[in-house]
Amino acid sequence: MSLNATLLIQMAVFAVVVLFSMKFIWPMIMEAIEERNKNISDGLAAAEQGQKKLSQAETEVNSLIKEAKQQATTILDQANTRATSIVESAKGEGTSERDKIISTAQDEAEQELVKLRESLRKEVAGLAVSGAEKILSREIKTADHKDMLDDLAKKL
Amino acid sequence: MRQKFINKITLVLSTLFAVGNASAADGAGCFGPTKEKEFSANEYISHHLTHCTVDTPIGIIHADSVFYAVFMAVLFLFVFYRFAKKASAGIPSKGQSFIEMVIEFVDEQVKDTYHGSSKLIAPLSLTIFIWVFLMNFMDLLPVDMLPKAGEMMGIQYMRVVPSADLNVTFGLSITVFLLILYYSVKIKGVVGFAKELAFQPFGKAMLPFNLLLKIIEEIAKPISLGLRLFGNLYAGELIFMIIAIFTAGGGVMYLLDLGMLPLAVGQFILGLIWALFHLIIILLQAFIFMMLTIVYLSMAHEDH
Repeated sequence: MSLNATLLIQMAVFAVVVLFSMKFIWPMIMEAIEERNKNISDGLAAAEQGQKKLSQAETEVNSLIKEAKQQATTILDQANTRATSIVESAKGEGTSERDKIISTAQDEAEQELVKLRESLRKEVAGLAVSGAEKILSREIKTADHKDMLDDLAKKL
Repeated sequence: MRQKFINKITLVLSTLFAVGNASAADGAGCFGPTKEKEFSANEYISHHLTHCTVDTPIGIIHADSVFYAVFMAVLFLFVFYRFAKKASAGIPSKGQSFIEMVIEFVDEQVKDTYHGSSKLIAPLSLTIFIWVFLMNFMDLLPVDMLPKAGEMMGIQYMRVVPSADLNVTFGLSITVFLLILYYSVKIKGVVGFAKELAFQPFGKAMLPFNLLLKIIEEIAKPISLGLRLFGNLYAGELIFMIIAIFTAGGGVMYLLDLGMLPLAVGQFILGLIWALFHLIIILLQAFIFMMLTIVYLSMAHEDH
């Protein structure tokens, strides 16, 4: 159990081993470890980002669907109102048209009536006058009367 | 047969008390044919505690410690470098995941304690953690396996646990100590560091006392680091050896000797228990060495 030159050799070997591991072992392995750690953390961050984007897209889609639904409802409502109003206005128009036609027809009928009445009246007056003339002429002359009647008959 | 059994028990018991006397024969040489000796527990243990010493131009070295320490260092560098080269940010293979887990664990410990900017601390901690663990792990191999193989190849002595060698643990802790000094001076400057040594913790009036206290505090760091690891591993190794004495020296013949069966079973059970317990210790000691290194170095970075 004595100290001797083994000590010096051991120190020299130690120095060489440490230098070797410092130059050729430690940095290479550490580099790989750190790079992998970075890759993993990058991957995790990307995954998180993706998830965030997914949820964002989901909310966006949901809001879009909601909006679309709302729009559809509004459009439907509008269409309904429009249809009702069109039907209403058509009804109103029809009624007024009918009324107009009826009133026009009535007016025409009335005018016709007046015209007829007028012509009738004229005719009646004419007939009365001609009748009276015939009667008057017969009173005076039978022959004339007969001629006049024939005349009248011919005129008729 | 019964006599043999009793002899064995007394041998184990006497060894337990005699371990303190089993002094390792330093400088006993290493290579050469094995001398045939009568088996004794004392001999067995002291043989196992003797390093394979080799005389080199820079002095005597423990060739076994150096070999296994370098072997483990190369194993560590080879495996980690292979995965570092292939490391990609894609889906990692199981091996890469494991290596990354270890590295992230070390990185976490460093980041929790050390807040400086030095690029050295984290790889240093990783190296200490893995290398010390691998050196400790040698303790879990059967105590006789590698030494016996060595003996067959003409290596007489072999200790396979580098971290049970004071030279190795102090080699680590003194290097850490030099780093503590380097960072102390680098961050605080020579004057700042000297001021910290002289004027803390009791102010300027108590300068000599402060200096003494601080120097002891600083020197205690590498000593405690080195001794803690050495002590744990040395004790662990020794207990494995003592457990091995149950059947040591008998060779394969013991497997045929029914009278020795209780000893063999006892050794197995004790060895298993100690190995499981020791598994925790070797990991814990590697972790403690790394943690304390980080703490000491972050203390060196703190300017009061």
